[in-house]
Amino acid sequence: MHAVPVLLTVGAPPSAGLLLSALLLATWPALAAAEEGERASAGAAPASYADVSSPAGAVAELAETPSIDGVDAGSADIAAAPADSDRGADGAEALVAETGTADSADAPVEETGASDSANAPVAETGTADGGDAPVAEASAGDSAAALATEVAAADSADALGTQNSETDNAAALAEVAAETDADAGLNPPGAEDAPEQPASLETAIAGLAERSFKVKQQAADDIAASGDERAADLLKALLNGDLYYRKDDKRIVFAEKSAAGLALTDALTGESLGEVGSRDAAKITVNNLMRNSLRTDIATLTLASPDPNVRLSAALEMVGTDDADTLAALRAQRSEESDGRVADAIDLAVAIAELKSEDAAVRLAAVESLRGSLYPAARNALGGLLASETDAGVLAAAEGVLADIESRVQTYKIAETVFFGLSLGSVLVLAAIGLAITFGVMGVINMAHGELIMIGAYTTYLVQLAMPNWIDYSLLVAIPAAFIVSGLFGIAIERTVIRFLYGRPLETLLATFGISLILQQLVRTTISAQNVIVENPSWMSGSLQINPALSLTYNRLYIVVFALMVFVALLLILKRTALGLQVRAVSQNRAMAQAMGVRSARVDALTFGLGAGIAGVAGVALSQLTNVGPNMGQAYIIDSFMVVVFGGVGNLWGTLVGGLTLGIANKFMEPWTGAVLAKILVLVFIILFIQKRPRGLFPQRGRAAEG
Amino acid sequence: MRKRTLLKSLLMGAGLGLGLSASMTAVAEEDTIKVGVLHSLSGTMAISETTLKDTVLMLVEQQNEKGGLLGKKLEAVVVDPASDWPLFAEKARELLEKEKVAAVFGCWTSVSRKSVLPVFEELNGLLFYPVQYEGEESSKNVFYTGAAPNQQAIPAVDYLKDELGVERWVLAGTDYVYPRTTNKILEAYLKQNGVAEDDIMINYTPFGHSDWQSIVADIKKFGSEGKKTAVVSTINGDANVPFYKELGNQGIAAEDIPVVAFSVGEEELSGIDTKPLVGHLAAWNYFMSVDTPENDTFIGTWHDFIGNDKRVTNDPMEAHKIGFDLWVKAVEKAGSTETDAVEDAIVGLETSNLTGGTAKMLANHHITKPVLIGEIQEDGQFAVVWQTDGEVPGDAWSDYLEGSKDLVGDWTDPINCGNYNTVTKECLGSQAAE
Amino acid sequence: MGLLTSMRGDTGGQIMLAVLAVVAVVVPILNLAVPESSPWHLSTYTVTLLGKYLTYALLAVAVDLVWGYLGILSLGHGAFFALGGYAMGMYLMRQIGERGVYGDPVLPDFMVFLDWQQLPWFWHGFDMFWFAALMVVLVPGALAFVFGWLAFRSRVTGVYLSIITQALTYALMLAFFRNEMGFGGNNGLTDFKDILGFDLQSDATRIALFLASALALALGYIACRGIVTSRLGRVAVAIRDAEARTRFIGYRVDRVKVAIWTFSAMLAGIAGALYVPQVGIINPGEFSPLNSIELVIWVAIGGRATLYGAVVGAVVVNYGKTYFTGAFPEAWLFALGGLFVLVTLFLPQGIAGLLRMLRRRGGGTDGPKTASGEASA
Repeated sequence: MHAVPVLLTVGAPPSAGLLLSALLLATWPALAAAEEGERASAGAAPASYADVSSPAGAVAELAETPSIDGVDAGSADIAAAPADSDRGADGAEALVAETGTADSADAPVEETGASDSANAPVAETGTADGGDAPVAEASAGDSAAALATEVAAADSADALGTQNSETDNAAALAEVAAETDADAGLNPPGAEDAPEQPASLETAIAGLAERSFKVKQQAADDIAASGDERAADLLKALLNGDLYYRKDDKRIVFAEKSAAGLALTDALTGESLGEVGSRDAAKITVNNLMRNSLRTDIATLTLASPDPNVRLSAALEMVGTDDADTLAALRAQRSEESDGRVADAIDLAVAIAELKSEDAAVRLAAVESLRGSLYPAARNALGGLLASETDAGVLAAAEGVLADIESRVQTYKIAETVFFGLSLGSVLVLAAIGLAITFGVMGVINMAHGELIMIGAYTTYLVQLAMPNWIDYSLLVAIPAAFIVSGLFGIAIERTVIRFLYGRPLETLLATFGISLILQQLVRTTISAQNVIVENPSWMSGSLQINPALSLTYNRLYIVVFALMVFVALLLILKRTALGLQVRAVSQNRAMAQAMGVRSARVDALTFGLGAGIAGVAGVALSQLTNVGPNMGQAYIIDSFMVVVFGGVGNLWGTLVGGLTLGIANKFMEPWTGAVLAKILVLVFIILFIQKRPRGLFPQRGRAAEG
Repeated sequence: MRKRTLLKSLLMGAGLGLGLSASMTAVAEEDTIKVGVLHSLSGTMAISETTLKDTVLMLVEQQNEKGGLLGKKLEAVVVDPASDWPLFAEKARELLEKEKVAAVFGCWTSVSRKSVLPVFEELNGLLFYPVQYEGEESSKNVFYTGAAPNQQAIPAVDYLKDELGVERWVLAGTDYVYPRTTNKILEAYLKQNGVAEDDIMINYTPFGHSDWQSIVADIKKFGSEGKKTAVVSTINGDANVPFYKELGNQGIAAEDIPVVAFSVGEEELSGIDTKPLVGHLAAWNYFMSVDTPENDTFIGTWHDFIGNDKRVTNDPMEAHKIGFDLWVKAVEKAGSTETDAVEDAIVGLETSNLTGGTAKMLANHHITKPVLIGEIQEDGQFAVVWQTDGEVPGDAWSDYLEGSKDLVGDWTDPINCGNYNTVTKECLGSQAAE
Repeated sequence: MGLLTSMRGDTGGQIMLAVLAVVAVVVPILNLAVPESSPWHLSTYTVTLLGKYLTYALLAVAVDLVWGYLGILSLGHGAFFALGGYAMGMYLMRQIGERGVYGDPVLPDFMVFLDWQQLPWFWHGFDMFWFAALMVVLVPGALAFVFGWLAFRSRVTGVYLSIITQALTYALMLAFFRNEMGFGGNNGLTDFKDILGFDLQSDATRIALFLASALALALGYIACRGIVTSRLGRVAVAIRDAEARTRFIGYRVDRVKVAIWTFSAMLAGIAGALYVPQVGIINPGEFSPLNSIELVIWVAIGGRATLYGAVVGAVVVNYGKTYFTGAFPEAWLFALGGLFVLVTLFLPQGIAGLLRMLRRRGGGTDGPKTASGEASA
């Protein structure tokens, strides 16, 4: 290890570059070595680290956190020296060493994990900053070239520093601070030796206004490490996208949508800053890496939260950690935990950590405590243990526990598949049940059925457009609205076309196919050829967590229930109302019904309207699962016919049983055959089934059947 | 005898009508240059393709405002191939043979391109194809202004691998040639990079697949086995909405298992409630959110043209713009709209990208493109989180496929061949036979 | 010859065949002999288009045979058409040989880039035209025979039969979409070069294909006429109108049905085989149930149970489609949809019915009354 202590005081940019590159050259072998022995090298001093959170609008950072381990004391010196310098608001010196940008083909950089693979040149921060940083190529291993590169890098860094002079920082000075890593889990024990100086919240927060995600990430970590009580709220706001910065002075603010644009509140002081136009403040965007670390940071900060759900998610976030501090915090929380689920989660986290213990007895106890745990993390940890365990007793115990877990998981897996099948089945039932009326009861081969579903879905869209602030209640309005709209379309179709075609079912196929084309094009021209957004109300989103191995998504759950409700309602209408009686009478024997005084024309119109209305209601449900667009009807028409025919034409129960059977059969086959083959097999099954029972599952009996 | 005349006139009318309508349109307005637009306006692909038709109409209008081309006005000829692949071939023939268009902008799906390809080669027409595709093609008569796999898929995987530390891969796609080929390439690429067979899960679903419960549950299980997992999605069009909804509802957040999609852009997102999708990724060569003056102008013009400032712009639109600009420049350079002259002139021409940098037409009829990775934001836009340094030249033949690693396309002298084997120094296929 | 006597009394059919003969003579002359500069020149585009219509017309005749005369509403005839098309497509694929983009002498391009090492067993033999030609009729025929034998023996009728034919074509579509099947997946088979050694892109080959289609249509038509005027045909009509009664009289209803059904499927296969080289592509979209529904509609518009009506319907609807998709790309679905509705409401016997009606008003003699009441479906 030949790290050289270097203190950078910047004169002209080129010399800064030279010095910087010297620093880099000096430290990279150490960094590379660190990669090898990452956590093993306890006792090593913390490495050089660019303080990117400084108000200087720090442009870059040296390396990813893991690489700080294992750098020897020499670099600790580097670290110590600038740490003396004042880094308050007016001091304004920042290390500008953009390693990521500088070396697109440089081996050292790859070693530090700073993102660049040789075959995919990457412009990192520089690009995100609007492409100000020129990118230099360097041939790996050639130190002269590398040196030149570093100069270039420093130049560009300097350019950036200058560009940031708007924020009062004229010079870019290297500051190599012994920065405490915000993520305690990555901190080597030796870190305590280094001068620790957590950035204050005020200092840290400024970095959020930068465009580079790396800078923002560092800022967020600093906020978390600041120990300030406002930190958790700030980070949550950042995660939720409520944190903005004002464009003119880069002040960090909370923003809420208001009439004029945005209502701002200072993020630190809570002082109201009045309203600005929506273009005057910009949302602080976060990326996945940041979201991940924000979640961990928030978890650390909220483990002691009064809300058990917050504690639960915090504890779950920590599962898999083997960091001593975190574990200590978890144990402390465990002793006073009152909520069972949270306690389980903490136990899980602790047990998984203890599986790695040196002591076989501890490992054995940990294995036992994982018995019956359905968390995937528990299974993975046990699986990992099986591969590495040397102690026979622990090994046997682990195998036993794992087998036990697997069998329970298997049971839940079957339950899950049944639920998937039921939910697919209920979608089929919903789509088909309107057809069971128009086709099954009235004998109209209604090819426009799919389009009536589509109209229901578009009604949902229009209802949501009309009540943008009441999305949660929109479905309650949309269901009756869709029933009425689709029903009216149905009645119109019946009155203008179908009533001339009774007794000629095949011609209804022809005419309704024409109608379906017209309705599709109508939607394309009046609304849009594109799909439209139908939002899920919040109560339809997410899933019902029964246990870690089984969760049922709410939207599917509601749709299963909804399908059954629609079915029961329809059954009641047909069996218990005067209209139902007349419908059945007309469908069984039109002439006789007319002779008995039934106004068959009216009954026909209402029946078709009822079938169409139910199709519309199905459209509301489907809008929650899939696309709403001009083609959506076609996707369901064939399946609907299959279900009705499979169940038995003219029998509602057949449609219900048929739909659910096909759904479950499909889902049980899918794991073995894949989705496509499963569907093909279901179709072949229907073809063969009809050979066996030519009139479906529940054949109609009596004279009507001979029709 | 009356019946005879009636029936006969009916049949003959049909036959003659065809001939007549052909000759009538052919003589109309000799002083314009016709530009064919071959995008589906009905059927399943209308969702994506109508926007592209409007884009070409806008570009034509813009060009006419600038005074046209070679002193003539441009005239767009729009036909509807109705998402019906054989109809694409028929309509292409109609555009080239009956309408005598100078160039055609069109097609979206691979199959539609494959369907029209023989027609363009036979009648020596020009096709500008604006969509990212599976590669493995380089035709004399086609200009591929969308991304080849090396301009989209491979950089995206590099990003996941290097930046997000992904170790397990789900390659999920719709069962057709683009996902099949892309996944083949990616699989080979990942294995070369040391990813084990067990850490790659490949899944295909049919078009418009809507029941994703089991597959998402499988992905969840695959991703819960301890290693960082990502989904590389080549799922097409309509199937995406239920897929993302299911992901969201089963609680798979972008931080846990990010999905990087190659077929989901602004246009597709405008039909999705994006809240559950925030943080998922897409790899494209253009994003509407990129802040450049060229892009601002383009978006402004588009909004004015379409009369709706809520409409988004997307990658294939940029591709059409680049294709159109290059065609205009080539025609000006050649001084003629004649196919061979334009083909000779266009190679090497450059025009600016909307996201900065330049697009250059290469000898293999692909162009150079920057690759951008964006994360989906709540407003349906993408925030660029990564991009390649400079432009990546489009590679017609993948280096990762056994059959094509030695092939190149080069339409300049002396090679003049779309599938030239660099090892055997042979031009393969039908071009060799001619 | 017995077949030709069957044309007696079929005025509509005679006219149709006469027109077909005229077209078959005139079109090649206008295309090949008339110089391109002349306004009378017929472009190759139009020739190909007409050729395509003729194959559709043959398909429609096949549908009308089972629907009009046997009372089986098939919503899956597109499947037989597509299977015939695939058989021909496979032959054309094998003919490409080394001219594929990868220059592989045996494997088609799509197999090369999906890394297939050898030709699947079912592709063998398709390099020989006679074998492919045999398969064009055998594959659809065999499928129809098995399907019909099962269905008709179990007395599946009416709507149930219609829906399972739809299930059949839907299942085949999904299957052919799968790339593992070895039929090129969604892209299907395309980029054909030549047939029997003749360049597919040359005008002469196109004219030859056009003439072959015209001939196939004429022969197919006469054959169908032969069937419907034969004893078998009369039994078929009896089955259509009163299946149970026919059975009780002692006819083996299922055998009659299977025979005609299989013949119809073979005819559809031939139509598909002629269609593919003219349009240049075959893909699973041809199996789409909507296509099959559409072709039933051609027959309905032309006039069910007239055979010549099917020809007229297929040509008229497809010409309308070609015209409208070019002339009113945004609104053509309104026109097409409207046409379907209006024809059903006002022309229940289709165009053929309209012609008959006009003839009757004009005082002409009554033609054979072919279109009787609706079958029970």
